[in-house]
Amino acid sequence: METILVLAHTENDGSLAKPVREALHAAAALHKSLASSKLLVGLIGENIQAAANSIAACPATKYFGVTGADFTQSRYATDAAAAEAICKAAQATVVVAPATSRWARVLPGVAQRLGGRADTHVTGVAVVDGKISVSRWFYKQRMEGTLTRTQRPWFIGIDPGSQTPCDCGTGTASVEMVAVNLTDASRRTTVVGIREPKADAQTIRPDAQLLFVTGAGWTKKQADGQTHLPEAEKLILGFLKASRASLGSSKSLVDLGGEGQAVLPFLSHLNQIGQTGATPRHAKGLSTCCHGEEPHTVGWRFIGERRAISLDPNCGWARGKADVLYVADAFAVIAKVNELLASGGAT
Amino acid sequence: MTTAYQIVVCGSIVPDPLQTLEPVVSPGGPALKNEMMLPAVLDPWAGHALYEAANLAKNQPGSKVWLISLGPKAKLQQVMMTVAQKVPFELVALDGSASGFTDATETAAALAEAIAAVSNLDRSKLLVFGGWESASRGAVATMQDVGERLGIMDQFQGVDQITVNADGSLEILERIEGGKHQVSKCAGAPALLGWATGNLPEPKNNPQVGMVNMRTVMPALQKAKPVKLTGEGLSFAGVALPKQLRKTKIVKDKSPDDIAKEIVEWIKT
Repeated sequence: METILVLAHTENDGSLAKPVREALHAAAALHKSLASSKLLVGLIGENIQAAANSIAACPATKYFGVTGADFTQSRYATDAAAAEAICKAAQATVVVAPATSRWARVLPGVAQRLGGRADTHVTGVAVVDGKISVSRWFYKQRMEGTLTRTQRPWFIGIDPGSQTPCDCGTGTASVEMVAVNLTDASRRTTVVGIREPKADAQTIRPDAQLLFVTGAGWTKKQADGQTHLPEAEKLILGFLKASRASLGSSKSLVDLGGEGQAVLPFLSHLNQIGQTGATPRHAKGLSTCCHGEEPHTVGWRFIGERRAISLDPNCGWARGKADVLYVADAFAVIAKVNELLASGGAT
Repeated sequence: MTTAYQIVVCGSIVPDPLQTLEPVVSPGGPALKNEMMLPAVLDPWAGHALYEAANLAKNQPGSKVWLISLGPKAKLQQVMMTVAQKVPFELVALDGSASGFTDATETAAALAEAIAAVSNLDRSKLLVFGGWESASRGAVATMQDVGERLGIMDQFQGVDQITVNADGSLEILERIEGGKHQVSKCAGAPALLGWATGNLPEPKNNPQVGMVNMRTVMPALQKAKPVKLTGEGLSFAGVALPKQLRKTKIVKDKSPDDIAKEIVEWIKT
């Protein structure tokens, strides 16, 4: 009999983020498919009662919590101690958790501590022939595998955006508090802040409907034999401002700076998508001036509808990968798109 | 205050990203078609970790860098011919599979054992570096497991920057959601850092560095300890390439105005 524990941390305001509800959805489905399994919830944060209440109508039968000022910080030593204590108290055999940056840092270590195993980047959980199996991608989203494990506890990190969030309602949850004894060694690290671009300079927007992908073509010589970097910068930032899209970039464009070539200053490695970058999830994607074959296109593996603008009708980035390929000059098209968006839309 | 660090970088090899990869079924589980024939490179994130380690060692006199690499010996030798020209390090080679389908826990056990066996290792000066995930398994689990086995409780993942403060403490920037960095201050070594891309460009090849490194690389490869990764308790139901070939509509003869209108309508629906 499996004891399934959904392990979550609260946000700074005490709420639960969307990825927690996605993990809860996956765990509840697993619980439903596994006869005589138990579903439990473990919460970590400064105060967790409001978070527990916000999902009190879910099928979980018991709630565990670790609270206190030490557990506000996203810090390995204290998070690992809290997660370990809850897993032990719950006697969990399967731990389903959202693969947030906080949990991704810590849960594989907790699995080692408890003699279990951890699988991250999980995009699907199912029960086949009475056994739990998970789906995840290998070789940077180039192939998908389905696997099962005999070891317990089995930590399953659900990729945010891969599941439907549960819509379980509110109520009053009774939470069993679990004590964690921390030593001074657990406090050698202190989180001192968050560094982020100014609000109007933030180009990475995970919740955006649209991913705007810029390729190295924006920095290359155009029809007049000249590069047009200031114009490219104005067009790209203008599009982001008007569309509220998230900005992704190919590796080559990001790397130009390191090679001493002219760059678009607002692009960093954080914008990079693909083989050595992110594989974000958005409903739509628009790529511009991108080139390359299969290895470079994994950056938009998880994009729903895809369109591309390229001067090359045979572009490997777009052919077979995009729904629509516009063979056109991205400078001219995006300038018009920006005009239309600024005036309120297409007419 | 200057601290001399002992920096151990964990980094394996992966198929060159430009290669076409196709999964096949082998007696030992999933594998890549013609895996041993595929040209290999140092894992990109492990590479960033190595370059950041070398940069830190350069700025902290007395520091030393080791590269611990688990992979088929012949492939490691091939990759080291290039990597050894980049930055100074001492190689510790482990002869075993570098497949993306191996188990992260078993790999971590081998790496931790190799780190613990490094002679004259001073744990109070130890910084363990590696990629936050690999371009093969992408487990996001190996480094944390290594850290636990070595008793390192100060761990950081998705690291883009490390700064040694005047008091010897470390300021570390980790990637978090939404294009932000979490800034942490750690009292000092020992610590484990799983690197994202960092901020350094790939160093140019330096034949002199290569000559010095190769004096230890070849002996290290010759005495590489065999590692058997059995994948106990792990079984794959299947591995497949995604069937996502789309029927692309090619729009060739429209003006920028018309294309723009179409795109705006699409964005808004």
